[in-house]
Amino acid sequence: METFITIIAGVLFTIGTYLILSKGLVRIILGISLFTHGVHLLLMAVNGLKKGGAPLLGEATDVYTDPLPQALILTSIVISFALTAFSLVLGYRTYVELGTDDLEQLKGDPNE
Amino acid sequence: MKFTDVILQTSTKILVFIILTFSIYVMFAGHNNPGGGFIGGLITASALILLYIAFDVKTVHEIIPIDFKLIGAAGVLISLLTGIGSLALGYPFLSQAFAYRDLPLFGKTELATAVIFDLGVYMAVVGTTMTIILSIGEDE
Amino acid sequence: MSWLHFAVLSPFLFTLIVPLLNKNIRRIHTGWFVLAIPLLLFIYFLGHFPLDPAVAPVVHSLPWIPSLGIHFTLYLDGLALLLLLIITGIGTLVVLYSIYYMSMEREALHNFYVYLLIFMGAMLGIVLSDNLLVLYGFWEMTSVSSFLLIAYWYQRSKSRYGAQKSMLITVSGGFSMLFGFILLHKIAGTFSIREIIAMSGDIADHALFIPAMLLILLGAFTKSAQFPFHIWLPDAMEAPTPISAYLHSATMVKAGVYLVARLTPIFGGNMEWFWIITIFGLITLFWGSFMAIRQNDLKALLAYSTISQLGLIMSLLGIGSAALNANFSDQALLFSGAALAAVFHLFNHSIFKGCLFMVIGILDHETGTRDIRKLGGLMSIMPISFTLTVIGGLSMAGLPPFSGFLSKEMFFTGVLTAARNMDQWVFLLPAVAWVASILTFVYCLILVFKTFTGPYQPQRLDKTPHEAPVGMLISPGILAVLVVVFFFFPNLLSLSLLEPALHSIMPNLLPPGERFDVSISAWHGFNTELIMTIGIILLGTMLYIYLKNWSGIYDTLPRKYTLNNAYDKGLTGMERMSLKFTSTYMTGFLHNYLSYIFVVMICLTAGTLLGQGVFTIDLSTNSSIELYEFMLGISVVIAAVYIVFSRSRMTSIIAVGSIGYMVSLFFVIFRAPDLALTQLVVETITTALFLLCFYYLPKMKKELSRLRFKISNLLISLGVGITLTLIGLSVQGHNLFDSIARYFENSYELAGAKNIVNSLLVDFRAFDTMLEIVVLFTAGIAVYNLIKLRENRRNNR
Repeated sequence: METFITIIAGVLFTIGTYLILSKGLVRIILGISLFTHGVHLLLMAVNGLKKGGAPLLGEATDVYTDPLPQALILTSIVISFALTAFSLVLGYRTYVELGTDDLEQLKGDPNE
Repeated sequence: MKFTDVILQTSTKILVFIILTFSIYVMFAGHNNPGGGFIGGLITASALILLYIAFDVKTVHEIIPIDFKLIGAAGVLISLLTGIGSLALGYPFLSQAFAYRDLPLFGKTELATAVIFDLGVYMAVVGTTMTIILSIGEDE
Repeated sequence: MSWLHFAVLSPFLFTLIVPLLNKNIRRIHTGWFVLAIPLLLFIYFLGHFPLDPAVAPVVHSLPWIPSLGIHFTLYLDGLALLLLLIITGIGTLVVLYSIYYMSMEREALHNFYVYLLIFMGAMLGIVLSDNLLVLYGFWEMTSVSSFLLIAYWYQRSKSRYGAQKSMLITVSGGFSMLFGFILLHKIAGTFSIREIIAMSGDIADHALFIPAMLLILLGAFTKSAQFPFHIWLPDAMEAPTPISAYLHSATMVKAGVYLVARLTPIFGGNMEWFWIITIFGLITLFWGSFMAIRQNDLKALLAYSTISQLGLIMSLLGIGSAALNANFSDQALLFSGAALAAVFHLFNHSIFKGCLFMVIGILDHETGTRDIRKLGGLMSIMPISFTLTVIGGLSMAGLPPFSGFLSKEMFFTGVLTAARNMDQWVFLLPAVAWVASILTFVYCLILVFKTFTGPYQPQRLDKTPHEAPVGMLISPGILAVLVVVFFFFPNLLSLSLLEPALHSIMPNLLPPGERFDVSISAWHGFNTELIMTIGIILLGTMLYIYLKNWSGIYDTLPRKYTLNNAYDKGLTGMERMSLKFTSTYMTGFLHNYLSYIFVVMICLTAGTLLGQGVFTIDLSTNSSIELYEFMLGISVVIAAVYIVFSRSRMTSIIAVGSIGYMVSLFFVIFRAPDLALTQLVVETITTALFLLCFYYLPKMKKELSRLRFKISNLLISLGVGITLTLIGLSVQGHNLFDSIARYFENSYELAGAKNIVNSLLVDFRAFDTMLEIVVLFTAGIAVYNLIKLRENRRNNR
């Protein structure tokens, strides 16, 4: 299961990177989202999966899943939400203001 | 964004209250069950977004005349103040404490300062999310 | 926290209310409020006067970063007290003067006084710090405040040029000084100046001792405008005149001199120290006085004269340091006289140069020009200013009955001592000193007579000159009076102020309890020094009269090879070089920057891990996998691949959303209820966000790019994916230590919470969460501004 999830995360990384490297703003933002999902899955996977019950004391289980990555991912989810929202707005403001979303055309004056 | 969907509006009227109630439950239950400030805040925000989608921005603003930026700022401030409170009592920054008290109606209840902190998180999440959504929504 | 700490910090604290005062109390000049600070500090420090060297100096310590041995220790001894009185005393007079000089209506006074106060506090900090690193911090603070003050009239390009020049030169010197301090710490194991002095005998043989000394001297020389670093000081004259009087003659440029004096007990016994300081000091003395004669701008003349006088003080400290050398232990007291002269001249120079600058400021203010060629014949129009200039100028020239005469005589005694007690070519020292003094005499005559005598040319002046208001004359007046008083009663100072200062420069020279013989008198009989002075007056007057006949030698200097030219060329050259270099990779195209980051990441991580051979994959700990889990994973992959080929915004957004929902399903399977809930809601809200923006978002076009572009992108992304996957896989096989998670399972006892994840967020790691919501809220405000600010702009249009 861990190997499988890691490979899925790897696929998400690959596609996320490819999208981030493309020229269109929308693709870049979507790429960042995919990358985040990949990170979350990887964080879960490296820690070992299905090793115990949910980290709630009082569950009928002997071993609990490691709560630390979960806390990390919870933080990450919220931050990436903020990041997505910001980059989304930045992207569409750029497009509305400058009339293009092609990064090649958006690059600045070389003498700036 | 102005459209009228009677079915959506009618069901929203009921759903929003259910979701809001649930979100507040989730927020306070977070200490001992799945939940907490983040989730609670996000659920509240989604309820409000539903409201904004079903009705339009102006109508909702008349019903709930709240500046969500202030809610967000207040949330950050509250969580900061719980930290400063522990400093003032001579503990390290953001030390939390808890105690069990018998309260009327609730019986034996756990009172934790962490819940106040979580409330700050809740408000910050609601405030920020709604600020973002409304800024975009009001943009024409 | 002692009163002394408070005294150092008080100017900084006062800066907080200066803008408020300036904004709310418009009727009263802000300077009147600011005046209180230096005045109170002056009175406070006067309370420590006269400091008996037999009594232990005042020390107050405040731990700051104890783990690095950095303490905010303040140390008040004779040398510090002398400087403190100059800083606060002249500071008081300068602020008083500035009230009349700086127009309340036209100038941004809050900026001016805030910078001035920052400078004052930093200067107090330099003088009082016992810790080298704290001293360095204050040192750079003076550079920064000096930069801000020179650029005070930032609309003028010359001000900006001068500010940048002074900043670059002094800060790079300061930087090398920091290295020197760190080396010193490596040698001695402490940052405390007093502790290093206490072990000064043991550290002199260390291999790093000379490098540390050279680096520190570089800092002192740049700050005190020693040749060849003096070029920043004339350009710094673009600052308002009160600033020139305060920073660039009386105090800041003395910081380098102070540092040399302060560190003399550590380095003083070395002959390298003696030679470097003496020679650089004398070159500076000569070159400064030589160049001063050439200047037409009065302030530039004073700037070069300041350079020259700083060189004089520096060379005296160099000569004085020989007292600590074992070879000269018999003549130690003779040599120490040079150090006494240095301290005395430092004091005198601050007074007469402050006075002169203020008078030049008055001239500038009243006539509208500082050009010597336009001025002349002002004696009868501005008699008080004339008197003050005569007093200051002749004191600088070293004539009686002004205090400059005394220290100039002591200077000659110093160089003669060196010449008499050392062999080789040291006899050159008095010769250089004498020639430089003649030139000094000449420019003093120029300053006084070209300005105030000769033909009066009202047609060339912008304003009709008249005597300055009384308020403006108070400060230079007080200083001029002091110049005369200290000539007749030098011993008012010598025992109370100069002797303790000398004692801190040479703490171990005398047996405990004894005091230096410091009585200063104007008449020593008909000795060499007096003959030299008479020679100066005769030759100097002749040179002044025949100035036109010999001033042609200045034109023989090659203009191309001046230091200023070298500085300008170096600066533009460096700019061009770095632009050339950076423009090769800073293309302005985001894609390139991201490619660099990814490629470096792949090379570094994959490279190291492969090199270390840690890519061992152990799959034995894998848990079982169910069919529905497999299906879920495959769906994620299909959705992700779909996005690459999709050309519709809507379906791409939905595909990303579906991946999010599937990830949250995975969280359910992995026993993470909190995550699953959060991910579910976040995904909903994010999708709603995308759809809200949908209308404005650009359409996804087919990527019309070359195949090479696509292939390189594909390679990079495959590299990233494979590297991270391999890392993830090999981490599973390496369990180096137990998870710390077991600790958090006590959350019920420790935090009263049954939900471990939540207790981690709000209790154990609450600080992280707090910062996280700050980030979240910042993003919200940023989004709000991105949209609303533009609306405001549109409405304004």
